[in-house]
Amino acid sequence: MADDHTSDDRTSGDLTSYDAVAIDPGPNEVLGPGHNYGTVTDKISGVILRPMSRTPWQMFAGFAVAFLLVNLFLVAVTWLFVRGVGVWGVVIPVAWGFAIVNFVWWIGIGHAGTLISAILLLLKQDWRTSINRFSEAMTLFAVACAGMFPILHLGRPWLAYWLLPYPNTMWLWPQPRSPLIWDVFAVSTYATVSLIFWFTGLIPDLATMRDKAKSPLVQKLFGMLAMGWRGSARHWARYQKTYLLLAGLSTPLVVSVHSVVSFDFAVAILPGWHTTIFPPYFVAGAIYSGFAMVLSLAIPVRRWFHLEDLITMRHIECMAKVMLSTGLIVAYGYAMEAFMAWYSGDPYERFTFYNRTWGGEYWWTYWLLIACNIVIPQSLWSRRVRLSVPLVFVVSLVVNVGMWLERFVIVVTSLTRDFVPSSWGIYYPTVWDWSTFAGTIGVFLSLMFLFIRGLPAISIFEMREVVHHMEPEHAHGD
Amino acid sequence: MPTEIKQAQSLSGLYGLMAEFDEADALLQATWRARSEGYRQMDAYTPMPIEGLADALDFRPTWVARIVFVAGLLGASGGFGLCWWITVIAYPHIVAGRPLNSWPAYIPITFESMVLVACIVAVVGMLALNGMPEPYHPVFNVPEFARASRDRFFLCIQVNDPKFDFEGTRGFLEGLHPLEVTPVPE
Repeated sequence: MADDHTSDDRTSGDLTSYDAVAIDPGPNEVLGPGHNYGTVTDKISGVILRPMSRTPWQMFAGFAVAFLLVNLFLVAVTWLFVRGVGVWGVVIPVAWGFAIVNFVWWIGIGHAGTLISAILLLLKQDWRTSINRFSEAMTLFAVACAGMFPILHLGRPWLAYWLLPYPNTMWLWPQPRSPLIWDVFAVSTYATVSLIFWFTGLIPDLATMRDKAKSPLVQKLFGMLAMGWRGSARHWARYQKTYLLLAGLSTPLVVSVHSVVSFDFAVAILPGWHTTIFPPYFVAGAIYSGFAMVLSLAIPVRRWFHLEDLITMRHIECMAKVMLSTGLIVAYGYAMEAFMAWYSGDPYERFTFYNRTWGGEYWWTYWLLIACNIVIPQSLWSRRVRLSVPLVFVVSLVVNVGMWLERFVIVVTSLTRDFVPSSWGIYYPTVWDWSTFAGTIGVFLSLMFLFIRGLPAISIFEMREVVHHMEPEHAHGD
Repeated sequence: MPTEIKQAQSLSGLYGLMAEFDEADALLQATWRARSEGYRQMDAYTPMPIEGLADALDFRPTWVARIVFVAGLLGASGGFGLCWWITVIAYPHIVAGRPLNSWPAYIPITFESMVLVACIVAVVGMLALNGMPEPYHPVFNVPEFARASRDRFFLCIQVNDPKFDFEGTRGFLEGLHPLEVTPVPE
């Protein structure tokens, strides 16, 4: 999507030239100094409408690594299709294995995007703007990765459409009393609504890109996608109403999706799964991991494209605070699991907890998870840590690992030891488990890199609104 | 551009007259002035939503919420109906001694179907009410209009307004101190 940019339309050279160092206004401001409607527009569209040669080298390097992983994914999936799920480490009793661990991890990551775009919109948080588009794209790609796992795990993935209720010659219907079918509806609705929400937010920005593009091909491409948006006041009024309704509908949706995912476990009678705290604790964990992923992605991108004046320390600090607070809810969930194991007096629950933390094969994963999800993130209480970009970045990566381990502990450790010792087993992931997992990380990152380079990763019209509300006397002029 | 204006004076092939402002408040005031002057067939174009501008045009987006409400109801009843029909009529199957119509178990699917249908209808309905996709529109004929998606604010009074009179309307718009008044060819 390169476009030859002449210097004449880069109105205030300092703020919008490609390599200019951006000024971070610190933890109290959502926008760097000196910006007006024109400069925010030029700066964000400049990420896309720059010649390919002016793309930061890190983008190429990152995309190359991600694309290698995509190929690994294709190899792993091909081998899976050829040989069946036996290439994975799944056994009886651990029939769920990595596929479901990864499914829950990815879908949890997606939740922060919807939270930022919908819930923070309804709460009128000023630091939502400039990270919402980016997080919505993250949601979309994370849900795409998540959705692949249950299908790959089916054994006969080409029959995945059997999950849907449709009139068939066998007159067989899915069982709507089962959480697994709720999951089909919840995840497919979530994917569709996330796509709609994201595209709706993009329409006015696509019009901006159409008007700013110089090459006829790029103009036509953005022009078709913008569908003739012209910024009419009547259109804006309907648009805002629609956007608000979408936010209002997405807010309970995001809570419902991870609740339904947790029902996949909680409705089963397996010790370690059968707990009522699962829905709220899964939702909090989802938001926790999602914010960690937003930070892990936003911190490098803002540096590569010099966006420190648009994604400021205020955004980073607020996200770190949300991460800390949702992390504490997750810690409460772990504490309640331990308490209920003891307080229930149920020998199976007690044994499961002992097995998780001390006696079992995977005891170390539990303590690693506690270190990653509870101990290390407590450093975010310190303002000095929250205001240190490298430290926040490291903590966000640690939380991503921790949340993956949490799902591993829930899925695998619980399944290896159920009621009857004769049905106990052990699970080891194979190289194909790891390849598929690493492959989806590659799919996710490749899509993110393409998105950042090809579409406005920060909502331009909402940044103009920020300018409008902040300092109307400086908003115009160039 | 006096020659352009002269050509446009015939009114045939003219969509309207467009005034360009560099500030949202100026446009908002201009729109209120135009309305109190009696103009009705007009529209304002802005790079971002401006609070109060739709009011100034006497426009309220009432239909979006209505169709979304109906869509939500249809989605919810469709989802519930599907579950009920599957478990009671098409494939009756007793699970754990529960009645066939075990309605509490249908609620998640009912809810998801409501959200799905309501969201799709919200966006498709909004686009339809806005007349989109609409690749061609006369306002795009004004070269400066490219900045309506960047940093400029436009008010366009259309020829089909009963009060439209080329010289009079142009004089009125000039009196609002815009950056420029441009005729919009159809």
